Amino acid sequence: METAQPDDGSGGGPRLGVRGWARFLWRQLTSMRTAIVLLLLLAVAAIPGSLIPQRSADPNGVIAVREENPELVWLYDALSLHDVYSSPWFSAIYILLFTSLVGCVIPRLAHHWRAMRARPPRTPARLSRLVGFQTVAGDACDLDRVDRVLRRRGYRTTRYGESISAERGYLRETGNLLFHISMLGLLLVIGLGSGFGYDGQRLLVEGRGFANTLSSYDSFNRGQWFDDAALKPFAVALDDLEVVYETENPNAVGAPLDFTARVTVTEDGAQRQAQIKVNHPLRVADADLYLISNGYAPRISVRDASGQVVYDEYTPFLAQDNLYTSLGVMKLPDGLEQQVGLRGFFYPTGVQLETGAYASAYPDLAFPVLSLQAFTGDLGLDAGIPRSVYALDTDAMTQIAGGDSGVDALTLTPGQSAEIPGGLGTITFEDVRRYGVIEVHVDHTQTAVFWIIVVLVLSLLASLLIPRRRMWVKATPGGLEIAGLARGEDPTLERAVGDLAERIRHEADGRGQEPMADAPARESTIDA
Amino acid sequence: MTVAELDSFSLLLVYSAMAVYTLAFVAFAADIARRSAARPVPVEARELVGAGGPAERPRHETAAPAAVRHRAARVGYALTVIGWVLQLGATVLRGVAAGRVPWANMYEFALTGIAVIVGVFVMSRLWRDLTFLGVFITGIATLFLGVATVNVYVPVVPLAPALQTPWLVIHVFVATLAAGFFALGSGLSLLQLLKERRDGGFLRSLPTAAQMEDLAYRVGVIGFIFWTFTLIAGAIWAESAWGRYWGWDTKEVWTFVIWVIYAGYIHARATRGWRGSRSAWLQLIGFGAIIFNYTVVNLYFTGLHAYSGLTTAT
Repeated sequence: METAQPDDGSGGGPRLGVRGWARFLWRQLTSMRTAIVLLLLLAVAAIPGSLIPQRSADPNGVIAVREENPELVWLYDALSLHDVYSSPWFSAIYILLFTSLVGCVIPRLAHHWRAMRARPPRTPARLSRLVGFQTVAGDACDLDRVDRVLRRRGYRTTRYGESISAERGYLRETGNLLFHISMLGLLLVIGLGSGFGYDGQRLLVEGRGFANTLSSYDSFNRGQWFDDAALKPFAVALDDLEVVYETENPNAVGAPLDFTARVTVTEDGAQRQAQIKVNHPLRVADADLYLISNGYAPRISVRDASGQVVYDEYTPFLAQDNLYTSLGVMKLPDGLEQQVGLRGFFYPTGVQLETGAYASAYPDLAFPVLSLQAFTGDLGLDAGIPRSVYALDTDAMTQIAGGDSGVDALTLTPGQSAEIPGGLGTITFEDVRRYGVIEVHVDHTQTAVFWIIVVLVLSLLASLLIPRRRMWVKATPGGLEIAGLARGEDPTLERAVGDLAERIRHEADGRGQEPMADAPARESTIDA
Repeated sequence: MTVAELDSFSLLLVYSAMAVYTLAFVAFAADIARRSAARPVPVEARELVGAGGPAERPRHETAAPAAVRHRAARVGYALTVIGWVLQLGATVLRGVAAGRVPWANMYEFALTGIAVIVGVFVMSRLWRDLTFLGVFITGIATLFLGVATVNVYVPVVPLAPALQTPWLVIHVFVATLAAGFFALGSGLSLLQLLKERRDGGFLRSLPTAAQMEDLAYRVGVIGFIFWTFTLIAGAIWAESAWGRYWGWDTKEVWTFVIWVIYAGYIHARATRGWRGSRSAWLQLIGFGAIIFNYTVVNLYFTGLHAYSGLTTAT
């Protein structure tokens, strides 16, 4: 797409016919003007995805926006505004763009292939109209010497009678074509290759582990062609999650400085210790393991009125802010006389405000406090509707502790117990551990994408920085005429012609025996 | 010296740099006023100048008397250099205070970004005389430094774990470098458009619109190459930090948008009907998107690149 193609051949007769129209449309699509318009359309079309939450990048944002604007949900769905980058209209733009690219590149490939094998073109009759035209002293006998100078400067030369025709910078077009082909390759590799991978998330409380099987993931996204049998057998246990906090800088006390998840990996029957840190994923089999979030999981036990343990689990609470004020939910459908739901906050360092409410003052475990509201009634688990484990639907429940119930919320520190109002039983805050969310990511495109990117960058540099130009030197009775012709952007052409003339003059002055070390072999368009 | 002392000294240097940039702005403005008052140089005189040697470009020597350089412009340039040295000192001190590269939150991006933009302008003198862009560059510098110190200043805090990687050094610095070249390019494109609209006043003393367009393109191409590196380095970093090299995060979207706009610009330069003012507009839109990306996207868009340092301050 470097050179402007003249609109030749479009001025036909009044009737085009089907083939004529097809040819006309193809020509329009593969023209540079269309390509520019499509590029700009692509830029504009990418913007909505940064304004409206996307399912791929911000699923919680999607839910929030849909709840806030129920009257717009139909519009979001009709225009795929939550999946902009896989939407029909976005796809249409880039598919058209790449079709245009292919249509543009193929003829140019053929043309460049021929040009690479052809001699530089015939010397024009009149050089005086070309860039940098000048005459230096010399005659046809000097042409051999000029030829050598040109070759040393990377020109491909040929003779036409008493003149030299030279061309250089074929690499510019090669780079240009390679760049566009790499773009196409990138699209294909990402589009097709990512269909064979998967990613899954699993929350692990310290001391727990999971095996790489479908059922052990909390959430799992598979590529289009991913086969469940391709899951490699390995297991990962989270031994301990260490967090280092800033303690000295008064402006940042409590800011996390480092997260280290120490894990035990079981693979091929062997166990090994390893760690996962932010920016340092762990490679296991064909997968990369990332630590993507973390929090606290208080262990809460519930005994019925007779003292029988009916619930005893580490329950993950989700951090709501940087100080790890964390929200969690427990559901006890069985074991007690009524169904009981508990919902409340965990504060790693709880401080009581003047209002009586608690707040977290520090993200580490200095003075852990648990404050729970209790509800009795129907938890809604029997209706067969899937429910989030992090949300409690209290529509059909009665609050018995906390809020407006008239009874204080159940406030506990580790080791403390409290009565559940109504004589239902007792609840104990046993202890608390950290949890980490591990993401397992398998992407077979990484290596291919990396190498395509390498080619892409090198070819981009070649296509933008290497000047492509023709140079002619013609022996006339008045001396050697020199002139150049730019092919594409070439701001230093005039200077290059001047340099060549200078070189020839210099040699003609009898100083030609000196080694010509000062001639730049490669010229770039930027160092002018 | 303690961290806080180093930082306050750095801030003092920032204020000094702003004052000097303001003076430079005044000097450049005076130069522009002088240029608009000056009578155009007669044609014969210019041709004599152009006949000097092969380094001159007679084809383009139709408007600008490059030899004539007046005191106001020289003073403006000298002040810009002084301001730049002060600001460079401020930026380095900030880095020393923090014990890391000085570009990990919005205030520091502004500090480094402006240092790079002015640096590219100062260094461009070795290549071409672009002092006529002084008003534009020192204007941007004063404005942005002012906004940065007043509205987005944060004290030195340690790096979040996600930022503790050499990619912070590469990715962000190359991005600022790209922004520096885009700033210069868009300044040239802006003048090109002004000149095409009405070639009067001080504009008459500047290089021709065609020359302006050539320069803008060459500067813009370098910016584009750096921007490509930014995009790639960011993708590699994202791969190790977030588990995917591309996820259409808001900042990724805007990096992509800017890249595509500049790709369009480069294509436009090679297409009949798009050369000239249309491509100049594209360069301006591209730089507008850079500014938008730095300001609005950083502050108001939710995403993974939440490193303005403003929301996490406790």
